Amino acid sequence: MGSVSTNFVLLDGQGGGSAVLWKKYLRTQGAPLAVLKTGLRLMSESGNWQICGVGATGSGRELAGVVLGADLVKNEITAHAAAALSVDGSVSTILEIGGQDSKLIILRDGVVVDFAMNTVCAAGTGSFLDQQAHRLGISIEEFGALALRSKNPVRIAGRCTVFAESDMVHKQQMGVDIADIAAGLCAAMVRNFLSGLAKGRELLPLIFFQGGVAANAGMRRFFSEALQQPLYVPEHHEVMGAIGAALLAKEAVGGGTRRTRFLGLDKILHSQVTTQVFECGRCPNCCEISEVWRDGAFLASWGARCGRQGRADQSG
Amino acid sequence: MRVTFPHLGNAYIAVESLLRGLGHEPVTPPPTNRRTLERGSFHSPAELCLPFKIALGNMLDGLDQGADCVLMIGGWGPCRLGYYAEIQRLLLEAVGRDVEFITLEVPRGIYSRYWNHFRRLTSGARLGHVLRGARLAWAKLNAVEALENLALQTRPRETQHAMTTQFLKRQLDLVRRAASLKEVEDVLHSARQGFLQLRESGSGQGWPLRLGVVGEIYTVVEPLANLNLEERLGNLGVEVVRTISLAGWVTDHIFKKALGCDITAPLRRLAAGYLRGFVGGHGLETIARSAALAKERVDGIVHILPLSCMPEVVAKGILPAVSRDHQIPVLSLVVDEHTAECGFQTRLEAFVDFVQRRVGQRVGQKQACLPWS
Repeated sequence: MGSVSTNFVLLDGQGGGSAVLWKKYLRTQGAPLAVLKTGLRLMSESGNWQICGVGATGSGRELAGVVLGADLVKNEITAHAAAALSVDGSVSTILEIGGQDSKLIILRDGVVVDFAMNTVCAAGTGSFLDQQAHRLGISIEEFGALALRSKNPVRIAGRCTVFAESDMVHKQQMGVDIADIAAGLCAAMVRNFLSGLAKGRELLPLIFFQGGVAANAGMRRFFSEALQQPLYVPEHHEVMGAIGAALLAKEAVGGGTRRTRFLGLDKILHSQVTTQVFECGRCPNCCEISEVWRDGAFLASWGARCGRQGRADQSG
Repeated sequence: MRVTFPHLGNAYIAVESLLRGLGHEPVTPPPTNRRTLERGSFHSPAELCLPFKIALGNMLDGLDQGADCVLMIGGWGPCRLGYYAEIQRLLLEAVGRDVEFITLEVPRGIYSRYWNHFRRLTSGARLGHVLRGARLAWAKLNAVEALENLALQTRPRETQHAMTTQFLKRQLDLVRRAASLKEVEDVLHSARQGFLQLRESGSGQGWPLRLGVVGEIYTVVEPLANLNLEERLGNLGVEVVRTISLAGWVTDHIFKKALGCDITAPLRRLAAGYLRGFVGGHGLETIARSAALAKERVDGIVHILPLSCMPEVVAKGILPAVSRDHQIPVLSLVVDEHTAECGFQTRLEAFVDFVQRRVGQRVGQKQACLPWS
């Protein structure tokens, strides 16, 4: 469950493989609980599945984990690395651009040895491309193809997304072709990513490019130009995080030997989950507490430093 | 005088005793929280660092409670802390809080000013009282840090979530109320037993990961500034190894400097090959301690700094080399008033996971060395 999209995958529980049986990429659009239900409904309509284990990842992992009864709640870095390794064990570099974060994961011999995430600032993440495509009046799906058509990418200041936007407006007003602007934007994001995350790190082949932004042909082009080597975009690049969570969940339930904590499709689809965020006033810490309720019954809460009311402690 | 002062972790427990010994009434600002930060940020220039803003918020809170004087620390060198007290005084003046500031700093240059500050602080107090207050304050500061360190060791091994944090809070309250050295000693003694009882018995699931925390002192020590870094790591099953202690800071920066010792010499030795001299704040310390940690049995290093902190930015640029040479993972985290908890937690979890997997490969050898395995 990410900021921009919520993705669902069904992995074959049998055997050691990780065949993707079904997948769905849905826009979160600020309504994580609704989109969770939509995804599960679509999944239940797609076939008669028996769920042996559930994993959750992404910025909404805690929430998704509580609502579903996940066997495993894991951060995105670990999930992405696990997914990439299942595709090709010799992967050495993973570039991943998501809605709010961009990540660089370095692996050697199938083990994560280093990683970097954007610090302080979110310039050059998926949300930004999304917004700018919207501003230019083109869908994000066409954006990449448009950028590929460009013969003369313009240089756009990419350090800060706000300034990048003013620069873009300026170039538009100068009459620069929209394809050149789209290409310039992709190039600026690639520069930003590499100067922010990759400095001092050795990006060895095989390089994977995954996350929603990997669908963007323009980004692929400028990344491989900048790195002077081909990138490999896995087949299920847009749901790699979900695949990783599923793989780790499979491990967590012992490949199906242990019973899953999954609450069952019926229960989830036919109940109403509500959330409440408030500031606790019991002590001067003033913790911001999130509570999750199902059909009026308390499920979980987190954010309290004192541990009162328990916490959605399913990580690890 | 009714004296208020900015918070720095749990140092207020010692500062209160010190001020009482000097014959002043301490006005401890209410515990730092989001509102303190919002209040401080509102009145601060945006480009100043997080510690400045929180401290200003504390001062405003303290003045609301009737303080008529502010006690602040100063300094000199490339870190901007040196002029913070003066800027804070001017900012408070601008909002109609024209109060006296007493700045504690190591003399350099105009000695009469320091003497006047010192006189102002000690005037009217009997020497015996002052010494007794100072001794009690020193004992409390050491007790506070001993308790905090015990909590750091206990948290990853606790049997029930948040028990350590709650127990620590109660013990700190007891130290705060203690009126004599004996009482401080008693609290510490019984707390040692208490912490042991919170731990899971037996060897459990083996050794917790050990991560060292380095960085700018305020963000390392103040939980609001570092989003409860130590608690978060502890809850992820990590034993945090502190490299910065307030008692150590007082020893180095007040006692030793006043005696004219060169406190950077041992640090320069540790940082040899990376950084030759003082770059202000804790920059040199960060590099020196990281290099030292790498040689100890520590699995990784978390480096924390406030946005726009020059000394730590220097250190941040050097740390990748320390990390590479010593084969130790380092995570740098930058914080300011806009830092979001979600991203912060994700980075910590990912780092802990990554270190865990790395160490997992060594576990085979490690366990073979244990006498009882």
